[in-house]
Amino acid sequence: MRYSLFSLLANAAGGHRRWPRAWMSPAPKPSYDVVIVGGGGHGLATAYWLAKNHGIRNVAVLERGPIGLGNTGRNTTVVRSNYLCDDSAHLYEHALKLWEGLSQELNFNTMFSQRGVVNLAFTRHELAGMERRAGAMRLNGIDCELLTLADLRRWIPNLNLSRDLRYPVLGGIVQPRGGNARHDAVAWGFARGASALGVDVIENCAVTGMRIEHGRITGVETSRGPIAAGRVGVVAAGHSSVVMDMAGVRLPIQSFPLQALVSEPVKPILHTVVMAGHVHVYLSQSDKGELVIGAARDSYLSYAQRGSFHLIEEQLRALIELFPVFSRLRMMRQWAGIVDCAPDASPIVGLTPVHNLYVNCGWGTGGFKATPGSGWVFAHTIANDAPHPLNRNFTLERFTTGALIDEAAAAGVAH
Amino acid sequence: MLLIPCPWCGARPDSEFSAGGEAHLERPDPDHASDGQWGEYLYFRRNVKGVQRERWLHSHGCRRWFNVVRDTVTHEITAAYPMGESMKETGPGA
Repeated sequence: MRYSLFSLLANAAGGHRRWPRAWMSPAPKPSYDVVIVGGGGHGLATAYWLAKNHGIRNVAVLERGPIGLGNTGRNTTVVRSNYLCDDSAHLYEHALKLWEGLSQELNFNTMFSQRGVVNLAFTRHELAGMERRAGAMRLNGIDCELLTLADLRRWIPNLNLSRDLRYPVLGGIVQPRGGNARHDAVAWGFARGASALGVDVIENCAVTGMRIEHGRITGVETSRGPIAAGRVGVVAAGHSSVVMDMAGVRLPIQSFPLQALVSEPVKPILHTVVMAGHVHVYLSQSDKGELVIGAARDSYLSYAQRGSFHLIEEQLRALIELFPVFSRLRMMRQWAGIVDCAPDASPIVGLTPVHNLYVNCGWGTGGFKATPGSGWVFAHTIANDAPHPLNRNFTLERFTTGALIDEAAAAGVAH
Repeated sequence: MLLIPCPWCGARPDSEFSAGGEAHLERPDPDHASDGQWGEYLYFRRNVKGVQRERWLHSHGCRRWFNVVRDTVTHEITAAYPMGESMKETGPGA
C-alpha cells in the first residue's frame, strides 16, 4: 500500500484499524538467488537495491531477531560525509545524496533533517587538521565551512566559549548538509520497500552454519532449517566475525560496545549536531526533545550490549563544561550496541576467498550514515560479482597489501 | 565496569587499565614472513564470542602487562596470569 494523504484520510475515517502490515515476515523458502545475512539497515538496503537496481527479487534477508532491534535502532542518528580520504569522502557523499531523496524513494518519512554537523576544535593542531579536512572536502565537492568563535557564538548561543575552560574552544567546521534521520524509520522503510519489491524479510531466523562445496557457497543453515542460495551477502555488524567464522573466513574486525544515552525531553534548544572530538562528547536534540548523547566506545572486546559507567561520567563532564545550561537535565535511558571496528576505521565491502560469498562490515561506530549507500554498493557487488567503483578500494585484501584507507589517522573523525 | 585482578595489585576497576587485545600472538620472522603472514599478525584477530585470552596493561597502577581469561559475553574473568606463561599451564580457554 502506498502511503499518501488519501490513505491517511481513509484510514483515519476507519479508526486506524485497517492499516496493512508494513512488511511481510514470511517463513523461509527452500532456495533463493541471494541470501542476505543480517536484517539491519545495511542488509535491508542491500536487498532493496538488489531488487530495485538489479532486478534480483528472489532474495531473502535473514535476521536473527526482529527488525530494528540491533545497531540500526541503537545509534545516535547522525548523517554526514565530512571525511578526509578521497575513497571515504566519495562513498559517504554518495550515501548522503541518497539520504536527500530517501523519504520519497521509500514512500516512508525517514525524518531526515539537514540541520548541519558542527565539529569543534580544542587545540591548534586539531584546528589545523579541520582546516585541512575542510579544504579536502571542498575539493571533493562536499560542502564544508570554517567557523570562527564569532560564528559559533551566533550559531550555538548556549555553547560555552569562555577562555577559562580546561580545553577552550578555538573554532570549528560545519557541514551544513549533514544532520539527523529517524533511525527506526530507515529500517522500517527499507524493510517495507524491499518487501513490496518481492524480497522475503525473515525475522527470528539465526544463521548457524554455511554450506560450502569446492570453495563455493551453496547455502546457509539456519534455526529455521537449511536454505539454499546462489549468492550470500553477510552484513552482520558486530557479529560479522562470528558469521564469517562459519565460512572459515577470518576478518580483521574487533567487536566493541558503543553506548549512547538520552536526556529527558525538553523544548527545542539545540538546532544542530555538535561534535567535540578532543573532549569526547557529541550531541543533538531529537524531534521528541531528548538530547541524544554519545562518545567513545569501550576499549575492550565485548558482545554484551552494555557499556562502562566511567565513559558516561566522562562524556557528561565534557558536555556540562561545553553546555552549562544542561547541567540540571536528568538522563533518562542508556544503552549500547556492538560495533565492528576495522584497524583503519574504514569499512570492508567486497568479495571474500569463498566464491559467491560477499562481506559488508567494519563500519565501526559510524555505520548509520552510510546505510543507503552501503546497501547500494553492496547490492552492485553481489549482482556483478565485482565491486562498484565506490567500494573497489574497501577490500579485505587491503590488510595484506597494506593499501589501508586510514581515515582514523587521517581525519581523526569521531568513529 | 570490570573488576580486573592485576597479578601484582589485586582487583582494581577497569578505568585504571588499558586493554591490549588478543593475547599470545606470535610475531613472525621478519626476514622470512610473507605479506599474508604480516597482515595476519598486524590486523587479523579472533574476535571471540565467548572465553578469550587477552592482554591488559595496568596503566594507572603498576604499569605492568599481564594476561586475563575473560568471557566476552558475560564479562566474567576466570583467571589472570603474568606475561610469559604459556596457554597450556593456565587451563582451558579459547
